[in-house]
Amino acid sequence: MTNLADLNTVDLSAIKLTLELASLTTGLLLVIGTPIAWWLAHTQSRLKGMVGAVVALPLVLPPTVLGFYMLVVMGPQGPVGHLTQALGLGLLPFTFPGLLLASVLYTMPFVVQPVQNAFEAIGERPMEAAATLRAGPWDTFFTVVVPLARPGFLTAAILGFAHTVGEFGIVLMIGGNIPGKTRVVSVQIYDHVEAMEYTQAHWLAGGMVVFAFLVLFALYTFNNSVNRARG
Amino acid sequence: MHTAGIRAVFSLARSGFRLDVDLQLPGLGVTALFGHSGSGKTTVLRCVAGLERAPDGFLSVNDEVWQDDAQGVFMPTYQRPLGYVFQEASLFAHLCVRKNLEYGQKRVPPASRKVAFEQALELLGIESLLTRRPESLSGGERQRVGIARALLTSPKLLLLDEPLAALDQKRKNEILPYLERLHDELAIPILYVSHSLDEVAQLADYLVLLEHGQVVASGPLQETLARLDLPGAFVNDAGVVLKTVVAAHEIADALTRLDFSGGSIYVASRTEPLGRSVRCRVHARDVSLTLQQPSATSILNLVPATVVDVADTETPAHVLVNLDAGGTPLLARITRRSRNQLGITSGLAVWAQIKAVALLG
Repeated sequence: MTNLADLNTVDLSAIKLTLELASLTTGLLLVIGTPIAWWLAHTQSRLKGMVGAVVALPLVLPPTVLGFYMLVVMGPQGPVGHLTQALGLGLLPFTFPGLLLASVLYTMPFVVQPVQNAFEAIGERPMEAAATLRAGPWDTFFTVVVPLARPGFLTAAILGFAHTVGEFGIVLMIGGNIPGKTRVVSVQIYDHVEAMEYTQAHWLAGGMVVFAFLVLFALYTFNNSVNRARG
Repeated sequence: MHTAGIRAVFSLARSGFRLDVDLQLPGLGVTALFGHSGSGKTTVLRCVAGLERAPDGFLSVNDEVWQDDAQGVFMPTYQRPLGYVFQEASLFAHLCVRKNLEYGQKRVPPASRKVAFEQALELLGIESLLTRRPESLSGGERQRVGIARALLTSPKLLLLDEPLAALDQKRKNEILPYLERLHDELAIPILYVSHSLDEVAQLADYLVLLEHGQVVASGPLQETLARLDLPGAFVNDAGVVLKTVVAAHEIADALTRLDFSGGSIYVASRTEPLGRSVRCRVHARDVSLTLQQPSATSILNLVPATVVDVADTETPAHVLVNLDAGGTPLLARITRRSRNQLGITSGLAVWAQIKAVALLG
């Protein structure tokens, strides 16, 4: 290994793209995933099991399976493909928005489940107490539920971000390998290895290892300190 | 259907449980909802708070209708001017004591705030806890903060759901005086759910007995406790409450004299100042009857009374006698044989000998 200058502009744009994709995916998932987690935590509906299972599917399916179906659905003959074409948006596969959509679906369980667990751990009582103290439902949500569920939201954000950074299979299938558009770090490493550019592969892969370690280290340290404080 | 006081009509069917109550309660003072676990007393309280919704229910509190399903009226909990204290204080774990107290207060328009922050602190003795976190408080402290937090919303009705049940006797004794002060110093009607007859006897003015989701009896505390037609579970522990005033400390004999409407009783020397109101419980089994005033007896507490009624008990050997001692109801549990030998029937003048008095508080 020599120095950082070995990372060329393509590598840097892959890092930038990866961070963009991970940030957007995490942000979108916190917005979309919170109501889903709330519904799963509080519903008495018989659909709960089914919805929970669908959300959890990416945990067990190989990314190629999900990627394959998404290609079909978003492709020129698929229903989503028809829709996006009719709206003048073109086709989603091999574009950044398509990649973002795939990431959101594929990372969903990593965000929904910690938030759902946090909501379930809070229970009804703090919300009832807030209601008897004149707080309406939205007021209660933002002043009682969100602060009490903060560790869950933090875990969800970290896991969501980290999992998106670590994606490979689904990126390749939906995003392809277009520099500056869909070529993220994991794909770039693959390219370097294929081209026998081990030095650059080392820099990127090593960076990923350090990044993943730091994220998990922060997560475990934080969760432990929260648990101790709650004692 | 507007009425003064509190009117509550709820029916609710749950698996294995049916609640059916139609209550007309006083709009002031402490009303105890008393019953064993599973009697539905907490469910009534939750319906009053709007935390549960009884279909086709009706609830009005001092001329304000909170629920009238016939008119499509159901005020959600957060719009009802009530305070609620849960069995476990349910303080917000992410807020310090001060922020917990302010949570409800700042959601009430300033013009409607009747209980000042300092007043609530002083009333519950929690001035020194403001910067603490809930998890660092003892059970008793938590409960006092919970009560203060509810008071700071300046409620028109205060609901207490077994606020002492989760505490040991020492903590109970620590909180009871504060509850008595609420009763004495604030003009807020209180609904108090409890399964402890001692707590009820100490705090309540009005009593509702619940069993299997039904109201068994409802009325002023002293009269209701003296009723002879209550079901067995309540009669086993039958007894009345005397509302007395500390009248004299007879230091030479280490006795304190307590006066009540029916006469005086002596108890072992107390520390309460003269004039202080004290409630006592007198169990029916500790009261015996004589026809003449006994002249040579070691029993100190003799009260003239008139027999109101006599009723059978769950044991064939005993009867329960309801007495009127100068306006205060008393109960005596005597044998059937004694009843026959003394010829005790309603209207007869007797002397009640009180062998034991339990002071409350």
